[in-house]
Amino acid sequence: MNPASPFLELEDTPRVDVVFQGTPLSLPAGMNLAAALLSAGVEAFRHTPVSGSPRAPFCMMGACFDCLVEINGVVRQACMLEVAEGLSISHPHEAEDDDETS
Amino acid sequence: MKHRDLAIIGAGPAGMAAAAQAAALGLSVSVLDEQPRAGGQIYRDVDRVAPRRGAILGQDYTHGITLTAGMHHDTIEHLAKATVWAIEDEFRISYTQDGCAAQLDVDRLLLATGALERPMPLLGWTLPGVMTAGAGQILLKQSGVVARGAVLVGSGPLLYLIAAQMVRTGTPPIAMVETQATANMARAIRHIGGALRGWRYMAKGLKMLGDIKRAQVPRYTGATEITIEGETKAEAVCFSHKGQPRRIPCDVVYLHHGVVPNTQAARSLGVSHRWHAGQSCFVPTLSVWGQSDVAGIFIAGDGAGIGGAKAAEHTGRLAALKVAQELGRLPASERDRMAAPLRASLSRELAVRPFLDAAYPPCAEALHPADPTTICRCEEVTAGDIRGYAKLGCVGPNQTKALGRAGMGPCQGRYCGLTVTALLAEANGQTPDDTGYYRIRPPLKPVTLGELAAMAPTQQDAVE
Repeated sequence: MNPASPFLELEDTPRVDVVFQGTPLSLPAGMNLAAALLSAGVEAFRHTPVSGSPRAPFCMMGACFDCLVEINGVVRQACMLEVAEGLSISHPHEAEDDDETS
Repeated sequence: MKHRDLAIIGAGPAGMAAAAQAAALGLSVSVLDEQPRAGGQIYRDVDRVAPRRGAILGQDYTHGITLTAGMHHDTIEHLAKATVWAIEDEFRISYTQDGCAAQLDVDRLLLATGALERPMPLLGWTLPGVMTAGAGQILLKQSGVVARGAVLVGSGPLLYLIAAQMVRTGTPPIAMVETQATANMARAIRHIGGALRGWRYMAKGLKMLGDIKRAQVPRYTGATEITIEGETKAEAVCFSHKGQPRRIPCDVVYLHHGVVPNTQAARSLGVSHRWHAGQSCFVPTLSVWGQSDVAGIFIAGDGAGIGGAKAAEHTGRLAALKVAQELGRLPASERDRMAAPLRASLSRELAVRPFLDAAYPPCAEALHPADPTTICRCEEVTAGDIRGYAKLGCVGPNQTKALGRAGMGPCQGRYCGLTVTALLAEANGQTPDDTGYYRIRPPLKPVTLGELAAMAPTQQDAVE
């Protein structure tokens, strides 16, 4: 839980380590991943392919696709996943070593 | 391939009640649902959460444990974390579960896919920090996460429910910016008979309003010209109230102006839909048993027309009775005898709806957004773009796809479809029925090549 985040966790839950955009985060094990990232203070989950605008969870029920993140090379909806130890999460399609050009 | 009498898509109140009823009549049932645990959105994660946060969420939420209990039956298979992406061939259901695609053959299909928040396109609604009120509720229910410094914007009972729940967490919203006007309530009064039949709902509403007032949450009713300001995230809600401009700085905005049936799966199967003027949305054309005009396809719950969670249980059970009779497990006379009390309860549940629909209509500015407003969140198409397409001769939503990709992003029109229909209907002087809706095609949700490759071979493949 990040005290600067407007999203407050009401209960204490055992935490596990994950990485988001290269930054280590400690998130509640088993919590909905989108909820946990919001509470950790993550603001932009992705940037739109059209204008590059930042986006974050909107519907929390798997319908809007605004919470897309990339995990192990697969783009998935954060609101449909649960926090697990060691997740490496990034903005989708923004990897620095994008190998399309290599 | 696995074969079942009945597949139900969605483990919310309609799906769970239908499954229990069908199983009790001897049918084999598979319930496919995207979430890890049964409950749907209204009872999200209720078995795990009711003991922890039942006091905050209230009895209308904890009631869900009576339905999840009914899922524990020998002939009910609950396929959790299962995403359905195609339904074909009377009926082969293709879905993904745990990274593998799989298929299931069934005789009858019940769509219990519930509701979506009515899209509420306002300037700034795509900014991080702006979410649906339903999303705010899901955060609270499933994860015990509540927003500090939130402004609730829109209209309707759900807005009061989440405000009252936030008050109970000790984190009330800092303001409610409400779009319904006094004139709406005056018009709603002619439905007072129904409201009195649904007096329990009215009493709950008054109690919620009392809780909100005691917490001294400012309410701005009849708000207009609402926009959300911010560069990279929501920073303030701006609006006009009683002729005065207002600006409320905030980090989080929860939007809501009603919910609408989630029609994606039904439309992909060719089920007919018609415009429901009272609810300002499309609803599927159904018999009193929830039977659609496509043989073998039933629809129950809010996906059949907005009636709420209790009504969803009844429509789910009614559909299950009809399926059991069609499959020869229940005589028609017995079916009708069992249906009678369900119909009486359903009628009582629905009595309050015309009053609520009239008192809390959708926000007019969001139904017909100003030109600069993004209406297709995925492809970033504006209301002005859609009006421009109408000037070029575009009469239907499917043409907007070709002209500007509206509805072609990953959400497949779920959060722009109704807006595109409304904008085209207005620009062309047509009705929503004449204008129509996006044609929905599979895959209903994205599926990866890896998931397809992991699919167990079908019999047909083996023959080939």
